Amino acid sequence: MYAFDIERPATIGEAVSALTGEAMVLSGGQTLIPTLKSRLADPGKLVSLSGIGEMKGIGLSGRDLQIGGGTVHADVAADGSYKALSELASNIGDPAVRSRGTIGGSIANNDPAACYPAAALASGAIIVTNTREIAADDYFQGMFETALNEGEIVTAVKFPIPDAANYQKFVQPASRFALVGVFVAKYADGVRVAVTGASNEGVHRWTAAEEALTANFSVSALEGLSVSADNLISDLHGSPEYRAHLIKVMTGRAVTAAS
Amino acid sequence: MTKVTMTINGKSVAGDVGGNTLLSSFLRDDLRLTGTHIGCDTSQCGACVVHVNGRPVKSCTMFAAEAEGAEVSTIEGQANADGSLNVIQQAFQDHHGLQCGFCTPGMVMTAAALLKENPKPTVTEVREHLEGNICRCTGYHNIVKAIMAASGQDVSAIAAE
Amino acid sequence: MPKDDGIGAATVRREDVRFLTGVGQYTDDIKAYGETVAVFARSTVANGVIKSIDTTTAAGMPGVLAIFTGEDFAEVGGNPAGWLINSRDGTPMHEPKRPVLAHGKVRHVGDAYAAVIAETLEQAKNAVEAIEADIEELDAIVNMKDALAGSNYVHDEIGTNQCFDWGWIEDNRDATDAAIKGAHHVTTLELVNNRLVPNAMEPRSSRAEYKAAGDEYVLHTTSQNPHLTRLLISAFVLGIPENKLTVIAPDVGGGFGSKIYHYGEEALVLAAAKKLGRPVTWTADRTEAFLTDAHGRDHVTKIELAMDAEGNFLAFRTETLANVGAYLSNFSTATPTFLHGTLMAGNYTVPNVYVNVKAVFTNTAPVDAYRGAGRPEATYSLERVIDKAAREIGRDPIELRRQNFIKPDQYPFASAAGLEYDSGNYDALMDKMEEVADMAGFAARRKASEAKGLLRGFGVNAYIEACGIAPSNLVGVLGSRVGLYDAATVRVNATGNLSVMVGAHSHGQGHETAFPQVVAEMLGIDASTIDIVHGDTSKIPFGMGTYGSRSLAVCGSAVVRATEKVINKAKKIAAHMLEVSDGDIELKDGQFSVAGTDKSVSFGEVALKAYIPHEFPLEDIEPGLEETAFYDPANFTYPSGAYCCEVELDPETGKVSVERMTAVDDFGNVINPMIVTGQVHGGLGQGIGQALLENTTYDENGQLLSASYMDYTMPRADDLPFYTVDHSQGNPCTHNPLGVKGCGEAGAIGSPPTVVNAVIDAMQSGGKNVTHIDMPVTPHRVWSAMQNA
Repeated sequence: MYAFDIERPATIGEAVSALTGEAMVLSGGQTLIPTLKSRLADPGKLVSLSGIGEMKGIGLSGRDLQIGGGTVHADVAADGSYKALSELASNIGDPAVRSRGTIGGSIANNDPAACYPAAALASGAIIVTNTREIAADDYFQGMFETALNEGEIVTAVKFPIPDAANYQKFVQPASRFALVGVFVAKYADGVRVAVTGASNEGVHRWTAAEEALTANFSVSALEGLSVSADNLISDLHGSPEYRAHLIKVMTGRAVTAAS
Repeated sequence: MTKVTMTINGKSVAGDVGGNTLLSSFLRDDLRLTGTHIGCDTSQCGACVVHVNGRPVKSCTMFAAEAEGAEVSTIEGQANADGSLNVIQQAFQDHHGLQCGFCTPGMVMTAAALLKENPKPTVTEVREHLEGNICRCTGYHNIVKAIMAASGQDVSAIAAE
Repeated sequence: MPKDDGIGAATVRREDVRFLTGVGQYTDDIKAYGETVAVFARSTVANGVIKSIDTTTAAGMPGVLAIFTGEDFAEVGGNPAGWLINSRDGTPMHEPKRPVLAHGKVRHVGDAYAAVIAETLEQAKNAVEAIEADIEELDAIVNMKDALAGSNYVHDEIGTNQCFDWGWIEDNRDATDAAIKGAHHVTTLELVNNRLVPNAMEPRSSRAEYKAAGDEYVLHTTSQNPHLTRLLISAFVLGIPENKLTVIAPDVGGGFGSKIYHYGEEALVLAAAKKLGRPVTWTADRTEAFLTDAHGRDHVTKIELAMDAEGNFLAFRTETLANVGAYLSNFSTATPTFLHGTLMAGNYTVPNVYVNVKAVFTNTAPVDAYRGAGRPEATYSLERVIDKAAREIGRDPIELRRQNFIKPDQYPFASAAGLEYDSGNYDALMDKMEEVADMAGFAARRKASEAKGLLRGFGVNAYIEACGIAPSNLVGVLGSRVGLYDAATVRVNATGNLSVMVGAHSHGQGHETAFPQVVAEMLGIDASTIDIVHGDTSKIPFGMGTYGSRSLAVCGSAVVRATEKVINKAKKIAAHMLEVSDGDIELKDGQFSVAGTDKSVSFGEVALKAYIPHEFPLEDIEPGLEETAFYDPANFTYPSGAYCCEVELDPETGKVSVERMTAVDDFGNVINPMIVTGQVHGGLGQGIGQALLENTTYDENGQLLSASYMDYTMPRADDLPFYTVDHSQGNPCTHNPLGVKGCGEAGAIGSPPTVVNAVIDAMQSGGKNVTHIDMPVTPHRVWSAMQNA
């Protein structure tokens, strides 16, 4: 790693003030630290969020779940008030990664194969930052691209808890990230389906499936649908066509599991 | 350099670290606790797992400065007070749960975290819990068996010598 | 019942305690005053001309102590190949120089062309980034067929990318061709034996110290055979006198073949330690391990099986392209030839075998022996084509194999591929396998899988392999440049405990527990009084280390011979003490007694007398009690086995999981069944990994796409099942004193075809006429194959 300093502010305000120049935010570090080790980043300074108490914790208010950006996966997994989300969290990385990795870090990074973005997008979550609230539909803007401005920090994520939901992850066997992950969430006003792992555009919604499932929330509703392989990821582990196929299979399984 | 203070295996330890000093480097290079091993660069092999405030953590993917004030336990602190092997360590020996020994410290620490949280895991739960710990020697059979045995469950139905 | 620490006892391992408490000492754990760190500058292109390397800026950077380039080693020797292979036309193989650091050209991604020694790791890395290397990239040579066809060469001075074109057995060629031509049925299969990265969990590491007072060097290194490493450095590379160089392989975190060889990093740290007068350590990160450890397998093969109308095997004919990578690693030429071609008769009475292997240079990492080394490739080809043949002619795959098995009364059996098998009983293995695998229950299990929407397949396989490669006289004729014996010294100390110095190296195999079991049994003493010393050339006799499942069969035999010598001498001392002739002395339970009397002396009393030789018959017996033996086996040992497995296949996703895996092996006599079972487990894990998961992929530019655990699929605990392992059907090896065979590689040899045969069976059961699928059988490949079937 190149040399850098670490600052550990105690409040969001202090963290924002500390983010100057080339400084980078350090959340759980489970992605950033391997990146630093391979010398792909030279931040000069890291501003750690791990000492900010106000960014940790989970609060349930009616059917709205608010999760602090600094909350680690293990705590979301243990919470259980949004079962599909807790199940998703319990299957991110491995136990040690879940002890450190945070929801805010994952949402801010927007890795195209990460799990949390699918949950946030399918749930129509609100991404809360130090300056504003951003709807998930506006927030995710492509592979590693988000609506965040320079120096903006994801302080919390607000999830409206759906009537039924499930996440199905078909793992890339080496990294255990999603080769294809599909999160299906059924709300009173409709069904939302978000797909991760599959697209060069990053996490995205499968609107045709949403319409079909809103009309009829069952696997049979998907029968006539097909997914285009255009712009899906091609790599060692799967072709675009294979990913397209898996999107439909995983969606069906999520519907079955959620029903 | 930043001064850090933490408790490691019950002893208070202080040291000066750079911002980029990993917890694993602090343990291995500064404190000479070399039981924590480094087997990869991408936070996947798990040879470096230690506990920080009671939770399993990959010490190669955490900065020492972030462990300020933390309770850290490593493989060197696992044996019983009289120096004998603890229940998990003993089960690994009894059931041949290690060969070259390199992944072993991480396996033992990960197993300890599992059994603390889930004292009677199923075989499937054990295997899933080991997702972040790679062993190249054992094919995992005897590691899984050892952890099941350490949880006090009957392993006589699992084939072995 | 065996004693709890003698031969046959499942004694728990004494070495475990240090590993379980974190006090093992691996190379990178060793530190002393004045440590420095080496980091290598490695090529990012697969093929390139080094126009210039400017180290001026780097040399002036903080903490930098020294920088080396290929120029610094231009006058020293190369790292040689250990086995000369002659081509079919009688010409010797091509042996380009493998330098310590690349000089003139870089030939694979990761090829080191410079090294920085600095006070700290980060300082060294900073300086490596500041080295200005002008490397002109050339087209990469990656695909073997293209390499043979093209005029772009990995080594320009050779003028070909073909290292050799080997035929085995050349005199059988015409008869094999004729048998195939006239056969009732010929089954043909083209397959790829996928390239693997060994991935010992401890990355390679080397640490050198130079002691000016005696002009002496000490090299700690992650080695499976420290004496060979010392010999190569002394005789070929740096020319350091052997008696001035100590090589120590301390605790080593797995090897699987990749740590047999001498690598340039070892020479570099030695040269640097002398230049600086300070310890120099290099430790690979995992990316370097992927780029520079010797890889395994990588064969492209066409195999034909000819049968008569009754299904009797008439001939196997094989054509293989074997990738050797950019340089010849030490045993890279033996692996695809004598460790592969000689096994191509399998367990069968087939009369005709011919194997052609063309070894090919490419701009990829060197390829050498990896767990099984040649024998997995042979077994995979044979057992896949037999399975395909059975399906083609409508025969049960087990019955077809049984029909062609060598029978127990045919030993010793001269195979059509040139080996003499000493013992075995393949039908007994198959009988046992059918029993312990509960084959009778398969149909019900298939139904249960189908009820879940999954296909279930059954796969079977029989293998034979050759371990403990030997004897030196024979391998010398075949091209080996080393002997293949091993050595042991049994030192009885004055107080009666023992140090046993062995040439084999233990890096997971449990020698520190198993070897004392042998000595304790022979002497009738407590095994806890016996310590094994290994891995340090200043302490142990010249042995050939650990690879090829040889430790117990070869080095263990040396231990037996040395212990016999100790017993003979001890009997003489006891006879003197008891005032009888040594022929009257019997050794039992650690007591030397006079037959038919109650007179005896203990082993401890004899040991003490040997070192305090008062009233000693010095004219007949020397003081001391220490003996050395070198053992050169008369033949290979021939473990064999019958394996089967059941897989579940999800037709929607293509994902395959191994649900049951049964390995029944003939290892001859077993010293520690717990350790032997563990060795099989590990081999099965790696074999299933090869079959389902592990993928080494270079792109057309020679970039390694699977260069980390993010893309190279290592088997994890939740990828693998519990295994059923049985070694009750042992037929002792007839030519070594313990009657032991080798167990270290069996699992990795026997399992890949078993798994692939089961996958084919599963797809066939789903109505998909897929007859072959290449490893690794990934979900994507299965899905694609089923789409197209």
